Amino acid sequence: MTGAQREMSFYESGNGHTGILSWVLSTDHKRIGLLYLFSMFSFFFVAVILGLLMRLELIAPGPSIMTAESYNAMFTVHGVIMIFLFIIPGIPAGLGNFMLPLQIGARDMAFPRINLMSWWFYMTGAIVIIVSLFTGGGPPDTGWTFYVPYSIRTGTNVTLAVFGVFLLGISSTLTGLNLVTTIHRLRAPGLKWFRMPLFVWSLYATGWVQILATPVLGITLLLLMMERLFGFGFFDPARGGDPLLFEHLFWIYSHPAVYIMILPAMGIVTEIIPVFARRTIFGYKAIAFSSLSIASVGYLVWGHHMFTSGMSDISRVIFSFLTFIVAVPSGIKVFNWIASMYKGSIKLSSPLLFTVSFIFLFSLGGLTGLIIGALATNIFVHGTYFIVAHFHYMMFGGTAFAFFAGIHYWFPKIFGKMYREKPAITSCIVLFAGFNVLYFPMFILGLEGMPRRYYDYLPRFHTGHLISTVGSWILAAGLMIMFYNLIRSIFIGEVAGSNPWGGSTLEWTTSSPPPHENFTEIPVVTEGPYRFRK
Amino acid sequence: MNQAFSNQTGNVDNIFLFITVISVVMLAIVTSLMIIFLIKFSRRKNPVATDIEGNLPLEIAWIVIPTILVLAMFYYGWVGFKEMRTPPEDAMPVKVSARMWSWAFTYENGRRSGELLVPLNKPVKLIITSEDVLHSLFIPAFRIKEDAVPGMETYLWFLPDRTGSYDLFCSEYCGTGHSSMISKVVVMPQEDFYAWYKKEEKGGAKGKSGLEILTENGCLECHTIDGSKNIGPGLKGIFGKRVTVVTRGQERGITIDEGYLKRSLVEPGADVVKGYSDIMPSQKEVLPEKEINTIVDYIKDLK
Repeated sequence: MTGAQREMSFYESGNGHTGILSWVLSTDHKRIGLLYLFSMFSFFFVAVILGLLMRLELIAPGPSIMTAESYNAMFTVHGVIMIFLFIIPGIPAGLGNFMLPLQIGARDMAFPRINLMSWWFYMTGAIVIIVSLFTGGGPPDTGWTFYVPYSIRTGTNVTLAVFGVFLLGISSTLTGLNLVTTIHRLRAPGLKWFRMPLFVWSLYATGWVQILATPVLGITLLLLMMERLFGFGFFDPARGGDPLLFEHLFWIYSHPAVYIMILPAMGIVTEIIPVFARRTIFGYKAIAFSSLSIASVGYLVWGHHMFTSGMSDISRVIFSFLTFIVAVPSGIKVFNWIASMYKGSIKLSSPLLFTVSFIFLFSLGGLTGLIIGALATNIFVHGTYFIVAHFHYMMFGGTAFAFFAGIHYWFPKIFGKMYREKPAITSCIVLFAGFNVLYFPMFILGLEGMPRRYYDYLPRFHTGHLISTVGSWILAAGLMIMFYNLIRSIFIGEVAGSNPWGGSTLEWTTSSPPPHENFTEIPVVTEGPYRFRK
Repeated sequence: MNQAFSNQTGNVDNIFLFITVISVVMLAIVTSLMIIFLIKFSRRKNPVATDIEGNLPLEIAWIVIPTILVLAMFYYGWVGFKEMRTPPEDAMPVKVSARMWSWAFTYENGRRSGELLVPLNKPVKLIITSEDVLHSLFIPAFRIKEDAVPGMETYLWFLPDRTGSYDLFCSEYCGTGHSSMISKVVVMPQEDFYAWYKKEEKGGAKGKSGLEILTENGCLECHTIDGSKNIGPGLKGIFGKRVTVVTRGQERGITIDEGYLKRSLVEPGADVVKGYSDIMPSQKEVLPEKEINTIVDYIKDLK
């Protein structure tokens, strides 16, 4: 507690509006960050429920609780929500929005009104997608990849859903623009590039990917809509189009998008380890440059989603080569994280427990990525449950676990309250266990030949599916414990104080929750981050 | 995973093993170091931390060594892939046509089958295409897969090592019936295979009943013969029935006659029964006229 002269927090100080309007019309990056977090986690829960229902359907061979049409719509909507409404905006627009200005000693983002506009685009896109589920031919059933020609021919409401995703793309591009500009222009005096916290570096790399890659998705989806509405023959061979063109265009965005998801997660992890090990980060520059190299080489590997697509053999070889190159900087990060624990004075609090869970799950997911990156083995496991397992290890075990770590780490800063530690630790352990029971059997199922996106399966795959479904219940229990603990603590948690972890980055120098424009006086920075002994 | 069902099985499994062993070792190193550090340098045991900002030789080591390892993985993956993409000259060509939601295999002599029958110890080259949307031909036991793309030919090859029956899946999502787009690869002793292969030339398609043709061509994936509704209209009792169809966006009523049934086979999009999607591929290039007539006769009698 900073005591008597504590300023009014951004929750208390007005902004000319009251009630809900003080949120949805606010240009304060902190309020927008919270708007994002609240809306994203609402959608996350819908998609989790869809996932649980899918797992329940797969508990035994044959129809269990739904029809094939419903199942196909469910995995499509699960994917669209998780990817476009949760994990892409996820860390950058939620925690990034909230923390970036605080970490670089700024009063707000560079373009506060564009920031608000991007949330409105996000919500409009989300509403359009929700409307698409209940109108026209019903929810889209194409998978989140919208592969042609199926997506052109199906009678379901693909056009509207795709338009929703298009709007989300605009939102994401605007967020990226704000991140990059803010980092260039609004750093506090003395905050040189190599004094920036590494979370800021990761947001910088992410912002560039959002700006450069997302428009390609926008164009692709517009072409798809034109083909559906007006019968243009871009992609459907029946009209003289090329389905592989769509795959290329789609993955030119959607592979870099994977780095939009994982880079900021890596940033959070890099932020947490030094604070709980009470020492400097090992290899600051190596970590910063690995973010940039992942972001740049990451543009050139999209073809590894297409090793069985009928693309030419020479392209497959080149894309496989580049894919292995991009594996190296991710490895560098892992080694530096581990080295940053060496000779530390480590307290295994809940943010760090989530972080080490992340490192294990991310490493396992990343290493299985090598099997998928190699041509001969890719041909075997492509399109099977092996892939489903791999990307859930990266996206859920990776990004979402780091997201949870970040939420536990910054919770006292955002709300000024502290959650209870014991349930937090319990939830992490239950989540970790449930996660592995849910997704590890999928590696085995994939190697046994189980194709993905199957409503029904042969009896020989039953055991793996059964274990996996049981895992989904454990995972759900973990989520419930975690969110119960966090939500109750917003209201009745103990007051946290401005710097409960003893963090050394700028966000911990202001009060919790921060005042309206973050700092009474803009701080002057004289050294790099993560220095705990002065 | 170590039984050799085809030449590709061992090829892929060796590379899989190579990458997996390295990966498991790496994961074990990373995880055990992490756990050791968490215990050894816990705040209780090590109350004061030491700042270490980096170590250049170490950074170089963990850039160079993983780079060498992943390049080795790339190389072996490539070598194995080359093997997968180089069918021998004498491979037996089989044309594969995928459509929602069945497979059709056509042999050099025109023999057609819904299952892929192949002789033991003879290389087979599959030349794959699709009649409608993307599919993917996947034979897990042989470790091979390639997409079926409309308007394009792709290929796969394998040399079966052991007789038996193996699953053949569609592994590219293709709509409602995706998970039932399953067939079999049957590897037979050579004499059995050729006995089957040549049978057709003698008998021709004359003897095939309407039901056999419908079954072999996967028609029954969507159309039932017991009067129930599925993805397409059921076939029982539809002859002579009055239905509403959609013709170029306009609804109109027609009576199902021979002409309508034939047109629905060769030009399925022309008049689509109201309430159903326009997704059936044309059978024009698939079925000879004689078989189309057999089907029409069969449906007429299906009361």
